[in-house]
Amino acid sequence: MSSARDNILARLRKSDPSGDLPGSDFSVMEEKTWTAEEKIERLIAMMSAVNTELHKTTEAGWPDLVAELLKQREIDSLLIGTNNRLMDRLQGAWHGKGDAPDIRLYDRSYEDERAEVFAAPAALTTTRGGIAETGSLIVWPDAAEPRLLSLAPPVHIALLEADRLHNTFWQAMMAEGWKNGLPTNALLISGPSKTADIEQELTYGVHGPKELIVLIIEG
Amino acid sequence: MSGPSGDTFRERAGLALKDGELRANFRRAMDGLMGKRAAQFADADEWQRLRGLGESIRRRALSKLPDLLEQLEENLTNNGITVHWAETVEDANQIVLGILREKNAKTVVKGKSMVSEEMHLNDFLGRHGIRALEADLGEYIVQMAGETPSHIIMPAIHKNRKQIARLFKDRIDGFTYTEDAKEMTAAARAELRREFYEADAGLSGVNFAVAETGTLCLVENEGNGRMCTTVPPLHIAVTGIDKVVEKLEDVPPLFSLLTRSATGQPVTTYFNMISGPRSATDRDGPEEVHLILLDNGRTRIYADAETRRSLQCIRCGACMNHCPVYTRVGGHAYGGIYPGPIGKILTPQIDGIGQYGDLPSASSLCNACVEVCPVKIPIAQVLVRLRDEAAGHCSRPSVKESGAKKSTVQDMVWSGWKWMHESPGAYKFMSGVLTKTGNLTPAAAPLLKEWTSVRSKPKFAKKTLHQLAKEKGLADE
Repeated sequence: MSSARDNILARLRKSDPSGDLPGSDFSVMEEKTWTAEEKIERLIAMMSAVNTELHKTTEAGWPDLVAELLKQREIDSLLIGTNNRLMDRLQGAWHGKGDAPDIRLYDRSYEDERAEVFAAPAALTTTRGGIAETGSLIVWPDAAEPRLLSLAPPVHIALLEADRLHNTFWQAMMAEGWKNGLPTNALLISGPSKTADIEQELTYGVHGPKELIVLIIEG
Repeated sequence: MSGPSGDTFRERAGLALKDGELRANFRRAMDGLMGKRAAQFADADEWQRLRGLGESIRRRALSKLPDLLEQLEENLTNNGITVHWAETVEDANQIVLGILREKNAKTVVKGKSMVSEEMHLNDFLGRHGIRALEADLGEYIVQMAGETPSHIIMPAIHKNRKQIARLFKDRIDGFTYTEDAKEMTAAARAELRREFYEADAGLSGVNFAVAETGTLCLVENEGNGRMCTTVPPLHIAVTGIDKVVEKLEDVPPLFSLLTRSATGQPVTTYFNMISGPRSATDRDGPEEVHLILLDNGRTRIYADAETRRSLQCIRCGACMNHCPVYTRVGGHAYGGIYPGPIGKILTPQIDGIGQYGDLPSASSLCNACVEVCPVKIPIAQVLVRLRDEAAGHCSRPSVKESGAKKSTVQDMVWSGWKWMHESPGAYKFMSGVLTKTGNLTPAAAPLLKEWTSVRSKPKFAKKTLHQLAKEKGLADE
């Protein structure tokens, strides 16, 4: 198909639009800033507005909160990846408690585990950070936390460290130098899955999670 | 109901205007969308600076387009994504078919893609024994009804809940009739979950392709785009060659302009950035990712500095949401893939003036689309250019089938008009004749009847302005 490629490029190169090369003024992206406290409040307001449930908690307190949230929903198992920190924290907090949820691991390839992943009632993931302006979670799936954890189960619980909040998407990618190395899949997640395709009536839980619960870890 | 039929825009628009249900469906939707967009851009200074930035990003990308396409190809290839080039929709369809056959794929789940509509891909694959299933809820409804999208962002906007409920009752096994949007959505979720799980391949469009990093960006709310690009072992993305941006930092301003202009949302639920297939350490994601870069007339649009600006489009649909014509006739009246103001400039350029030369005239040039366009496409200016192209009055014609709507009668009328206004004697004579005989002309006279079919016939004064001035004692100089 190299001829199609050559033909397309040759046709484009017949024109010389180099005179039409305006500069880009990014100041409107640079100047949006909030204090640490404002960023948390803004994220909560933006995400609550699209049906996300948010809780402020602590590093010591979140495992019990997760157990409580699952209990409220009568969910008795939780799918997680192979993130050692999560596993240690959950096992430490839930050890010996008879009514604690079962911890299931997504620790093999999708082909070996797909039935279980699609049947899981809830999953827990970490996040890379958050965006205050739009109320978004930054999620970079990897081997320890595969892509489907935040997509297939109907309930997605996400841990967000309060000190990893950025003002805007643009500022996040610039501060972290994303252009120097993106993962195979990088995501912004800004609520549970939704649609308005039937008479513009907002309806949550189409193809992705029906519920998104964000635990903001402070301190 | 499959939308208004008819061979011309005029016929289809006439039918659509008489369809009260269709008009009510569009009116409700457009009013809501305009209000939500306005609320997003309440800060006029921010709006002007952001759209200025958006315009500069798109024009910069177009100014370097061939170089950026090569850079995109190189970086995607380095990331493990296979790049294909297609000059025509036939070529693009054959490439998709070849990739699917290589993998022995029988079913494809699709995320929303207007380029795949340009390709008529579903029909093509169907003819070759491959089932393509739309997974975006609106597209799923439209496909089930055997129709085409009537809006580029909300494909099923022409249907109300009763029409959708009846469709689901007929077509989904075990669906109990309900007009509750939540229950209808749940029924579609259950059907499509199984499809995602079992599909051999996923197909998607692309919102932005980043040359600098070799990244494909997808904007969506439902999660079907993530499903199509994550679950099946094969992901094929199709896009026009115009969707490339130079740098990763160009993406956030365009993403913000897109979601806020399109549906009045500050952000969509998912922003999905794909920079490669499943890696050696990843546990999920497709094993293969392909990108097809489609021309389909875009290089021709690119060749002229004025029409090139059509390619700045980021497909937000704000122009149609604010168009007084679109709101009244709906998307199907336009007949092409892209409806509304952007369709009026893209469709004749892609598919030719011969079939679509009447679209640029389906506008009052009110400029509402230009006011809201987040990347400042001079839509009205391009509409006028295309009218000149259609009538064969362009000094440097460049559009496909330019001059196809040339009319000798129309040209003669305008020549006569010009001659009369340039010649004082002729003007005086003609205006004198019209004061005497103008009101005797029947409303149904040729050339006049089109005007008088929807308007009152103009009434001629008894005396011309010249005569009145002379009676007042003004010198005729």
